[in-house]
Amino acid sequence: MSVKTFSIDGQIISAKEGQTILEAARDAGIFIPTLCHFTGLTNVGACRLCVVEIGNSPKLQPACTTKVIEGMEVKVNTERLKEYRKLILELLFAERNHQCSVCVANGNCELQNLAIKLGIDHVRFEFRYQNYPVDISHELFGIDHNRCILCTRCVRVCDEIEGAHTWDVAFRGANAIVITDMNQPWGESESCTSCGKCVLVCPTGALFKRGVSVAELQKDKSHLEFLIQAKVKKQWIR
Amino acid sequence: MDKIKFATVWFGGCSGCHMSFLDLDEWLIELAQKVDVVYSPFVDIKHYPDEVDLCLIEGAVANEEHLEQLYDIRKKTKILVSFGDCALNGNVTALRNLHGEPDKTLELSYKSLATLNNIPNFDYKKIARLIKKVKPLHEIVKIDYFLPGCPPDAKRIKYFLEKLINKENPVLEGELLKNG
Amino acid sequence: MDLAELLEIAEKERRRKKPIEIHCCVAASCVSSNSQSVKDKLSELLSNTDLKDRVEVVGVGCMGLCSKGPLLRNSVTNEFYCHVNLDNVSEVLKDIQGQKARIEKLKIDDPFYRKQMHIVLENSGKIDPESIESYIAEGGYLTLYQVLHEMTPQEVIDEITKSGLRGRGGAGYPTGLKWSLVAKSQAEKKFVVCNADEGDPGAFMDRSVLESDPHKILEGMIIAAYAVGAQQGYIYIRGEYPLAISRLQNAIKQARKYGLLGTQIFESNFDFKIDIRIGAGAFVCGEETALMQSIEGKRGTPYPRPPYPAEYGLWGYPTLINNVETFANVVPIIRNGSEWFSKIGTEKSKGTKVFALAGKVKKTGLIEVPMGITLREIVEEIGGGVPDGGKIKAVQTGGPSGGCIPASKLDTPVDYESLISLGSMMGSGGMIVMDDKTNMVEVARFFMEFSKDESCGKCIPCRAGTYEIHNILTKIIEREATQDDFEKLKLLCQVVKDTSLCGLGQSAPNPVLSTIMNFEEEYTSLLKKDT
Ligand SMILES: Cc1cc2nc3c(=O)[nH]c(=O)nc-3n(C[C@H](O)[C@H](O)[C@H](O)COP(=O)(O)O)c2cc1C
Ligand code: SF4
Ligand code: SF4
Ligand code: FES
Repeated sequence: MSVKTFSIDGQIISAKEGQTILEAARDAGIFIPTLCHFTGLTNVGACRLCVVEIGNSPKLQPACTTKVIEGMEVKVNTERLKEYRKLILELLFAERNHQCSVCVANGNCELQNLAIKLGIDHVRFEFRYQNYPVDISHELFGIDHNRCILCTRCVRVCDEIEGAHTWDVAFRGANAIVITDMNQPWGESESCTSCGKCVLVCPTGALFKRGVSVAELQKDKSHLEFLIQAKVKKQWIR
Repeated sequence: MDKIKFATVWFGGCSGCHMSFLDLDEWLIELAQKVDVVYSPFVDIKHYPDEVDLCLIEGAVANEEHLEQLYDIRKKTKILVSFGDCALNGNVTALRNLHGEPDKTLELSYKSLATLNNIPNFDYKKIARLIKKVKPLHEIVKIDYFLPGCPPDAKRIKYFLEKLINKENPVLEGELLKNG
Repeated sequence: MDLAELLEIAEKERRRKKPIEIHCCVAASCVSSNSQSVKDKLSELLSNTDLKDRVEVVGVGCMGLCSKGPLLRNSVTNEFYCHVNLDNVSEVLKDIQGQKARIEKLKIDDPFYRKQMHIVLENSGKIDPESIESYIAEGGYLTLYQVLHEMTPQEVIDEITKSGLRGRGGAGYPTGLKWSLVAKSQAEKKFVVCNADEGDPGAFMDRSVLESDPHKILEGMIIAAYAVGAQQGYIYIRGEYPLAISRLQNAIKQARKYGLLGTQIFESNFDFKIDIRIGAGAFVCGEETALMQSIEGKRGTPYPRPPYPAEYGLWGYPTLINNVETFANVVPIIRNGSEWFSKIGTEKSKGTKVFALAGKVKKTGLIEVPMGITLREIVEEIGGGVPDGGKIKAVQTGGPSGGCIPASKLDTPVDYESLISLGSMMGSGGMIVMDDKTNMVEVARFFMEFSKDESCGKCIPCRAGTYEIHNILTKIIEREATQDDFEKLKLLCQVVKDTSLCGLGQSAPNPVLSTIMNFEEEYTSLLKKDT
């Protein structure tokens, strides 16, 4: 396997052939914000938080799907990128109802943590306050669409790791929501195996274990990570 | 040095932010050396005075009185701070927006979801009418600083006030910036 | 089928034809104003006269001047009869009989036609779109024969490359280059896809070509498949085009019957099949990666490129995807040679472009003009200028992905680069003329409403950004916005443009940015003073 050398913000980095900019950056301990990426699942380039500048090209590229090319000069922390990322996150906060103070994931949420990390203290867009449904028809889990950011991690983990493909996305644009089976209540889904992987990968409080209260949601991902490692790297030992 | 004219205001919030303010404990005594509290739920002053240097507003704009007051306060205040989540993003106060018109909220809270089962007969001459949609402060007037938290803990408030009193820019980072 | 058979079909068809043909448009626009009954009535009237052996009424595709439809044409005098209906169709008969007739007529040298040049539309309005024989009589499928028997795939690609043809689906990617990339990809299977999703509001170029001359697209696709080594083709067409779909189905059936599709085409050892896939009306499914997802039976949402379809397309196999109009240029280029084609147009934009001309001009409809023609020539000469002496304010090209070009720039030549430099783009060919009564902020909001509703919702900047842009535009129109909001609007447009996943989001802000660039005072005059 050949090695590629390139730079991130001037720092020389080496990457394995076929690695994405995001993977190489993480290996080197460089932070690039992400939301839709989840190690081991297909990258879909949907959240656009990981966009980076490459060379002098005015076009931005997502780090999660762009492969490293020998000698490429990547910038991940320019003022422009910082401004853009903040704005994208603010768009998310304005879109649905993220009242952290009354969320099961408060303190344990990737969206909340990222907002902190990117220094967001308020949202410049008018909140939309659309009332989304909450589905608690499943006996173990629930989904609160008010907290969903449409990262599709649940869709991918269910399809790619569990193999059930219970989740998918329906409708388009601002009306898009994740659905179970043919848009029927989760509790009536015939394909759902109740494995709970979707709940583990959900970055926010959208998917939750029933019975947990505000700020109580904890996600122990070790079992899932073991499965993903087994699938991706063919390593079956813990 | 002249004392800073300091105000705190309580709009549509649970007063938790003000409670948290009281958690400043003995630092309040130190603060009192530096500021004159010219208006606050803690003191009995009826009218918001002119030329206030610094004002923290707790809560979202939920009724017509808040709205009117906010415009007035903005005119009379140098530095305006959104104090707590409700002020800066509506938070719990704004949850009623999900149900549409305010009447619908009253109906839900006093009738269909309540045990008392009757909507009190509000005398809107005595209390302020609810506005259609609860809004965070910065959607209505220019806000200079944002102090998040539900409620912001005393540590954050202290950091913020120290900076502002020393005419420095408070920059919240990490745990200090957390909503909720 | 071999060459002799093909020529025989052509000969027989020519012999069958009567000396005078009255072409009656049976494409969607005229059909919607009842041209089918007009055609039947005229045939019936004729059958009662002694002209019946010399004159035949033939249903043909679009003749361009849709605003004057139902449109008929006399194949001998080459004159058009305008606004023919059941009441005045007898006047057409009188005219054929040489009597004085009271019906609006238009000569072929009318300014509407004079500046046009028909390559893509060469057969439109001349042949019967329901008849393969009619197409063959005009030399149809002869080019395919020559390609299969006299040219190597590489030679075909070289011709296309030398012609300078660029994709007509919007982005203008060099077609020859795309073909050679697919040809170079090594794989056991390859696909050719014709993009007939045409979702831009107001655009109907592709529909018209498919309704008027479907075999030309099939022939172009077969040639492309031979050049890149594909065995299976798909035409992805939107469900809103039932007439085009049925004509395509019919054409595919006819071509199969004659052995022009299927195995051992023209007795060569080249096999190729074409199937139709019908879209459900999402604009984003015109985007190539979303389109391929949709063909595969998945939800039609774009995915990041690279890998490009040329490498990794349908089911992971190399896939050539071109627009209808791009395919329509293939046969003329091979038939007349790349040199002929490359002399038409400008240095970087060769050939012609079909536009759907609409808005505040006297004559609207479908036009095909050589690249390099100025917008002024199109609007003032072909379109006949603004009716009622109004003044042109701007010309919108590129639909929701394009922008508004101000009247002061009307002398700009129409080519890919010039339009982009003005903040607009060629797009697939919508062209809307706006007069001085038009409010540009409203125009921007109209297109943003479209983009917002058509965003697939996969990526945040497009899904939520177009919504917020639309929101701020509404605030501006309602005079509720401040300078702050205006600044936010500009930043937001930049972010959506720079960070969206696919072309929809990346170009959605163009109508706003281009109207801000050229008509900023219309925005600022609506702003509220800060409180
Ligand atoms: C949102 C969107 C919609 C599109 N719609 C169409 C369309 O309806 N027809 C089309 O030919 N190309 C469309 N395209 C362009 C295609 O992605 C693709 O570039 C084109 O089909 C390539 O063909 P060409 O090289 O012949 O132009 C669209 C692109 C985007 C981003
Ligand atoms: S439910 Fe959670 S994991 Fe699924 S799309 Fe929404 S935010 Fe992502
Ligand atoms: S830019 Fe818009 S249409 Fe394209 S992938 Fe993103 S959300 Fe979907
Ligand atoms: S992590 Fe790359 S686009 Fe979401």
